[in-house]
Amino acid sequence: MNKTTTLITASVCTTALAWSASLLADDDFITLASTTSTENSGLFDAIIPTFTEATGIDVRVVAVGTGQAFEIGRRGDADSLLVHDTAGEAQFVADGYATERLDVMYNDFVIVGPSDDPAGISHSETVIDAMQRIAKSESPFASRGDDSGTNRAELRLWEDAGITPQGEWYRELGSGMGPTLNTAAGMDAYAMTDRATWVAFDNPQNLTLLFEGDEALFNQYGSLLLSAERHPHLKHDLAAQWHQWLVSEQGQQAIADFEVDGQPLFFPNAE
Amino acid sequence: MPTSENAFSTALALILSMDSALISIVTLSLQVSLMAVLIASLLALPLGAALALWHFPGRNAVIVALNALMGLPPVVAGLCVYLLLSRAGPLGEWGLLFTPSAMVIAQVILVLPIIAALTRQQVEALHGEYAEQLNSLGLSRRRMIPTLLWDARFGLLTVILAGFGRASAEVGAVMIVGGNIDGVTRVMTTSIVLETSKGNLPMALGLGIILLALVTMINAIAHMIGETAKRRLG
Repeated sequence: MNKTTTLITASVCTTALAWSASLLADDDFITLASTTSTENSGLFDAIIPTFTEATGIDVRVVAVGTGQAFEIGRRGDADSLLVHDTAGEAQFVADGYATERLDVMYNDFVIVGPSDDPAGISHSETVIDAMQRIAKSESPFASRGDDSGTNRAELRLWEDAGITPQGEWYRELGSGMGPTLNTAAGMDAYAMTDRATWVAFDNPQNLTLLFEGDEALFNQYGSLLLSAERHPHLKHDLAAQWHQWLVSEQGQQAIADFEVDGQPLFFPNAE
Repeated sequence: MPTSENAFSTALALILSMDSALISIVTLSLQVSLMAVLIASLLALPLGAALALWHFPGRNAVIVALNALMGLPPVVAGLCVYLLLSRAGPLGEWGLLFTPSAMVIAQVILVLPIIAALTRQQVEALHGEYAEQLNSLGLSRRRMIPTLLWDARFGLLTVILAGFGRASAEVGAVMIVGGNIDGVTRVMTTSIVLETSKGNLPMALGLGIILLALVTMINAIAHMIGETAKRRLG
């Protein structure tokens, strides 16, 4: 009477079994917690295959803000971290969660905004001056507000500019870089972004790059090898291979070779 | 709007290209959500029926709690499962975080209250209708459960579909516990979030169209099965 029901149940169960089996198959992988800027720009799609080919190790990337990446690392849920908050990274090592931190690459932050530039920051000589102009003219500014590496860098710049950003013009969005750019485009606001996300971003609408090139906008990425002492279950040996590969000649070359629209987005600078 | 026009052509191009990445994303979406609905149904159907038949102190509180949990924000469910499965959490030993299994667990938590609460309501109504007959047959309440569930099956099909809708549409929970890892835990909804954050709106909307089409197809199949079964029974 209910052949169909039996049939459906049987097929669902078979699929489920086959799927559970396939989950157990592959063990040669590490989990990497990294930032949305590296993932969204397509960097990992470009460099991980080279690493996998050389070592047979797959890298599973969880892309989150740097603050959340630290939390994932502290809880022992990732084998390695690639993030961009040098001060936070040093603290992370000092706290004993990571055994080693290495410089891997850098790019820079830029300030984008509505093309008519109401605050006039395109005439600024320094980023401090640009920030002051935005605050003084009370032009809308979209901040990540999510404790990410970019957010932390932005807050440091406000501090250096002697400004406590608050008021209706300063909008904390609490979202990732891409969503923040979408929102900034929607409300004609200024925003600080890493160059990689900006170049790879497809929905700029009226937004345009207005300020760049100040040394204070330098954006360093570092690789953290998590401590096996603190979390013995981590795939420390595999993660160490990834960590070392990033700063190896081959890894650095793979990073240098990655381009979007003919423009390199990350510059290798391992010592 | 150009975006929506592009979205349709993007969706069409994606489907026609049979892109292998897209196929694996679609397959994983269906696997996770169907598995979650299957597990949730096995638990929630008897639970809902039992709740309809037994009267015990605190029953109303349980009903209210179940009804309220129908509105549980996915991101909260995701966070709870994250804390549970994280290596620093009580079930960390299992090593399930950032795997499809973690996504299934989170979706079961989201779907279970919906199926249980709606089953309770359907079975209670049916029991009101047939109470006399069932009692005259001398059935114990435990024996009544399969009978009533079977009699309510057409209504329950819709209940299960509501659960499936919730599972396939949510993004907050699977994003947190799955991590949206390319090729491992990336499903339709998390891909849509990712493409939106890249500003690739036509692709995001195109994936949305495909997701909607899939869910429509599954509902159509379920509807057809239900109709055919009804007709056979006369």
